[in-house]
Amino acid sequence: MIQIQNVSKWYGQFQVLTDCTTSIAKGEVVVVCGPSGSGKSTLIKCVNGLEPVQQGKIIVDGIQVNDPATNLPKLRSHVGMVFQHFELFPHMSIIQNLAIGQVKVLGRSQDEANERGMKLLDRVGIKSHANKFPGELSGGQQQRVAIARALSMDPICMLFDEPTSALDPEMISEVLDVMVDLAHEGMTMMVVTHEMGFARKVAHRVVFMDQGKIVEDASKDEFFGQPRSDRAQQFLSKILNH
Amino acid sequence: MFSTLDFSVIPLALPAIFKGLAFSLELTLIAMIGGVILGTLLALARLSGGKWLGRAAKFYVDIMRSIPLLMMILWFFFLIPLLTGQPIGQEKSAIITFTLFQAAFYSEIMRAGIQSIPRGQVNAALAIGMTYWQSMGHVILPQAFRNMVPVLLTQTFVLFQDTSLVYAIGATDLLKAAENAGMLYGRTVEMYLFVSLIYFAICFALSMLVKYMNKRIAIIR
Repeated sequence: MIQIQNVSKWYGQFQVLTDCTTSIAKGEVVVVCGPSGSGKSTLIKCVNGLEPVQQGKIIVDGIQVNDPATNLPKLRSHVGMVFQHFELFPHMSIIQNLAIGQVKVLGRSQDEANERGMKLLDRVGIKSHANKFPGELSGGQQQRVAIARALSMDPICMLFDEPTSALDPEMISEVLDVMVDLAHEGMTMMVVTHEMGFARKVAHRVVFMDQGKIVEDASKDEFFGQPRSDRAQQFLSKILNH
Repeated sequence: MFSTLDFSVIPLALPAIFKGLAFSLELTLIAMIGGVILGTLLALARLSGGKWLGRAAKFYVDIMRSIPLLMMILWFFFLIPLLTGQPIGQEKSAIITFTLFQAAFYSEIMRAGIQSIPRGQVNAALAIGMTYWQSMGHVILPQAFRNMVPVLLTQTFVLFQDTSLVYAIGATDLLKAAENAGMLYGRTVEMYLFVSLIYFAICFALSMLVKYMNKRIAIIR
């Protein structure tokens, strides 16, 4: 579903990604973790072309993302993305947030879009807030709406860029619960996160990054059992032992 | 000193003054709408990343901002007929000049407004499959407008007051109409006082509108 092949990226002189290669099969849940500044957020933004890459290939659903001939809006319309800071549109009500993409991008009618939107809001437990504005909701609620907005486009896979990093601790679980359900339904997911509990529960594979390189790419059991690299061992011991 | 003033001429002058006022308001309204549209396009051109487009827009804005409006009004009125070979009339000339001039100021306001929207909003719009123009039209510009309404309207106050400058090319706006009436009835001071009152009343009403709009359309954060 997603193939990342020998991808390198520079910001001016500074190399943020170095020869990254990994892939995500249909129905697979892959957690990407690593210390801050390791390039994991940059990598996930490259997958739907929000960030350009200078070397290598990224292929999503058989289409090369970093090919100038690719119709990026069309490709992005069925790759869902959830951001660290939610990025709901603050000038639209919750239901409008869910409908806008369906109407303007997929060409659905307003009624159809609202109906689909309400179904998804119900699913993430926000139905009663449909006519409120994003600013009136808590962080956890906003992030659940953001997930619903991505789902409203009927995506073939979902990208999560640190979806719980900006949340208060007690709101993290409500967002993770939605993500766990999604994983159990067989959604293809690439998740940048530090939530190792989530990784243990639903991930098939864990990719560990450090300094722009993929240091470890292992099945979940391997990763949590005995990571091969010292750097990953260090990282795990720091975030698991307290 | 006020004992020498005679305000009884005001009712006589009212029809002429209203005609002047109507032109001042028309000029303000057209220049505001045209200026905001043109200004937004200029702002988009400057932010587009296109090298020459951006430079051309910046050049335009710099020129317009460094020449006094009165000069622009005169230049346009006298130069365009020389270039095109036919006069365009005082009122049309004033409307075009004001629109072009205001666009430069509105464009700087819109540029600040667009830049005040976090980059993540663009990413979110693009991520659901919107094109660049869709993300501008549905996500970025509506927020930029809302954030900038107070400043845009403040600029409109200045615009409304500046319409009095069209007297230089002989167009009859509110001030000019009052002046003419003052001369006609020999009551210039009374007319200036009255017209000041009208300027004040309109600007005050506008500022109330700004407050109301701010409450109504402000984004809940």
